[in-house]
Amino acid sequence: MGAERTLPPEPSRRHAIEIFLGGGLLASLASFLYPVLRYFVPPAVVDLGGDEVVAAKSVEMKPNSGRIFRFGSRPGLLIMNADGTYRALSATCTHLGCTVQYRPDLREIWCACHNGTYDLNGRNVSGPPPRPLDVFDVHLRGDEIVVSRKREA
Amino acid sequence: MFAALIRWLDERLQLEGLIAPLRHKTVPTHRLSYWYFFGGITLFLFIVQVLTGILLLLYYRPGANEAFESVQYIMTRVQFGWLIRSIHSWSANLMIFTAFVHMFSVVFLKAYRKPRELTWVTGMVLLFLVMGFGFSGYLLPWNTLAFFATKVGTEIAGQVPLIGKPIMIFLRGGEEVTGATLTRFFGFHVAVLPGIVTVLIAIHLFFVQRQGISVPPKLEARWNANPSERREMKFFPNFMLRELMAWYVAIGALAALAALFPWGLGVKADPFISAPAGIKPEWYFLFMFQTLKLIPSKVWFVDGEVLGVLGCSLAGLLWMLLPFFAGDRAGRTRVWITGLSIFALVYVIGMTAYGYLAP
Repeated sequence: MGAERTLPPEPSRRHAIEIFLGGGLLASLASFLYPVLRYFVPPAVVDLGGDEVVAAKSVEMKPNSGRIFRFGSRPGLLIMNADGTYRALSATCTHLGCTVQYRPDLREIWCACHNGTYDLNGRNVSGPPPRPLDVFDVHLRGDEIVVSRKREA
Repeated sequence: MFAALIRWLDERLQLEGLIAPLRHKTVPTHRLSYWYFFGGITLFLFIVQVLTGILLLLYYRPGANEAFESVQYIMTRVQFGWLIRSIHSWSANLMIFTAFVHMFSVVFLKAYRKPRELTWVTGMVLLFLVMGFGFSGYLLPWNTLAFFATKVGTEIAGQVPLIGKPIMIFLRGGEEVTGATLTRFFGFHVAVLPGIVTVLIAIHLFFVQRQGISVPPKLEARWNANPSERREMKFFPNFMLRELMAWYVAIGALAALAALFPWGLGVKADPFISAPAGIKPEWYFLFMFQTLKLIPSKVWFVDGEVLGVLGCSLAGLLWMLLPFFAGDRAGRTRVWITGLSIFALVYVIGMTAYGYLAP
């Protein structure tokens, strides 16, 4: 009789221990995983490029030619038109991120990866690119060609 | 749901057959049983090393111009990078410590005797390789201490007559310690050693599994004389759960050490500065380092360094062959081996302490 009476509480006690033990193990597992998951995320790269960069010296450019320059961590494309005016755009194709080039024969911007083309204002005119290229401001400072991001209106 | 998954797998793979040997496996229980935990803890710390090592590889860059900066980046910029690296460093040191404890426990419980000679030999090779892990990993942050430690360590290898010099050049990847040395050590540390050690651990554990767990000779004789005195516990789950608790304590100790005493980085290595005063090797090399320091520069007509290196190598080799000197009479071992074991333990501890205190 006595033994039978002590039996019923057992399952609930066992259950409580299981909850404590399982909860404790889950909590420690979470404390192992949380730092690891945070560790996986690479720290953001500081873009040291700023908003302005000297893309080239004017003596380096020939009419009807283009040149890739570094704008922060990304490439930009500087074009000297046949009439001697300058133009600067983002060189990252809006389709899948290849670096575009200036085609003097077509007087267009062309992406070799999937045959996308843009006009000199950066508008996507044919091929797969979904959006126009970003256009930058260009001004001359002495013999330096300075490219800057367009001020947000 | 978990039970259903196990059943599903069992129907297809007969898991029961895999677990059965574990169910039959037993662990002897006596007043010295707790020494049996240290092999398992060493294994656990090795697993921690593999996991944290893989994490460090996400950001570490080998190369004389990048290594120090990348470790600095891990320590300062990557979220929890300081924690991962500190755990890797602390776990390395604790692993070498527990491996030594495991070795000496095997010596004093005389677990190396027949039929376990090969388990001892594989264990000794593992210990040497683990020290190789320590030596190669120490260089990877490319700081001043690491640079000189590697210079001295490889120079010592170069003292061995005939084969020393080629070994030194092989280790350094040239005449001097340079970025080429770093590239090699990186390869040893993350590819060569992990591969060999993993295979050897598997062999070591296979031997333990085949032979069961050793009982000290006197106790074994008593149990054999009177089988009713024999006390054992099941490996699975009884011992396994106790071992898991030990692992849990180990990871707690690791996390506390890493959080309270994050591993330092030091100053970037520069081959053209003088060695800093008071420079010492890691503690696990200290007893050998101190031995070399005590040997006079000329003994009779032999160079002291050469003598020291050869002496240490010979001692290591003989120590590895210990079971073969012990004889194979069950229940009795020679008294001089016990004496030698005590001497070895006292020597290692004493020389390490002396190395720390000596100027």
